Amino acid sequence: MSMMKITRREVLLAGGLAAAGATMPRSAEAVAGQMETAIRNAIGTPTIRKGRVMLDLPPLVENGNTVPMTVSVDSPMTKDNYVKAIHVFNEKNPQPNVISVRLGARSGKATITTRVRLADTQKITAIAEMSDGTFWSDTQEVIVTLAACLEDLQP
Amino acid sequence: MTVRALINVPKKAKRGDVIEIKTLISHVMETGFRHSTNGQMIPRDLITSFACTYDGETIFETQFFPAIAANPFVTFYTVATASGTLTFRWIGDNGFEVTQEAKIAVE
Repeated sequence: MSMMKITRREVLLAGGLAAAGATMPRSAEAVAGQMETAIRNAIGTPTIRKGRVMLDLPPLVENGNTVPMTVSVDSPMTKDNYVKAIHVFNEKNPQPNVISVRLGARSGKATITTRVRLADTQKITAIAEMSDGTFWSDTQEVIVTLAACLEDLQP
Repeated sequence: MTVRALINVPKKAKRGDVIEIKTLISHVMETGFRHSTNGQMIPRDLITSFACTYDGETIFETQFFPAIAANPFVTFYTVATASGTLTFRWIGDNGFEVTQEAKIAVE
């Protein structure tokens, strides 16, 4: 096919594919640098697998000042198989940590609920540390229309 | 300054039941990232940690960061093992410390 004969449709299709190719790797599992550093500081550099963690956040929030968040981990919570800790991190707040929780076999159920602040539309990651030394995670994206944390007091 | 802390623990439970505990405490949770109207930084004032002990044994422990909303609200679970006292303790900046207790009867 000569250059002259490329149809408009082909051009659009090629452009679309190129754009998809360019954005895919980023949206797949790329997190902001500060979040990665915070994760490393909190838990080191273990292999973190997806799954077993359920991070429940509203997909769209009007006010980032109080966003209800529930993290639950699929675990039998017995003496030799329980969730040791849950860490939650954010991508774009001034500080990457959200909350760190220590649980034990006595927790009975590995679920926590709290309210968080979100400074921007961003991804939130929850990581659970199991008693057998494995790490599991879940990530959710939240769209925030009114940001928290950074807004100054109104006169 | 009076601090109001609300704790919701079931009064009675069967042995081995998983019970839900809800806690809410009044606190500004000032992040230290905001400016006041005259352009000055508002100093950080946070609750940094919260723990719950059940008859002296720690069953739940958490670290709060600026990303926790004002008036921190936390819900968690525990197994009702024996009748006793649950002690809740919040510790924060500027010497903030609040301890509250709740009793539970386990049959």
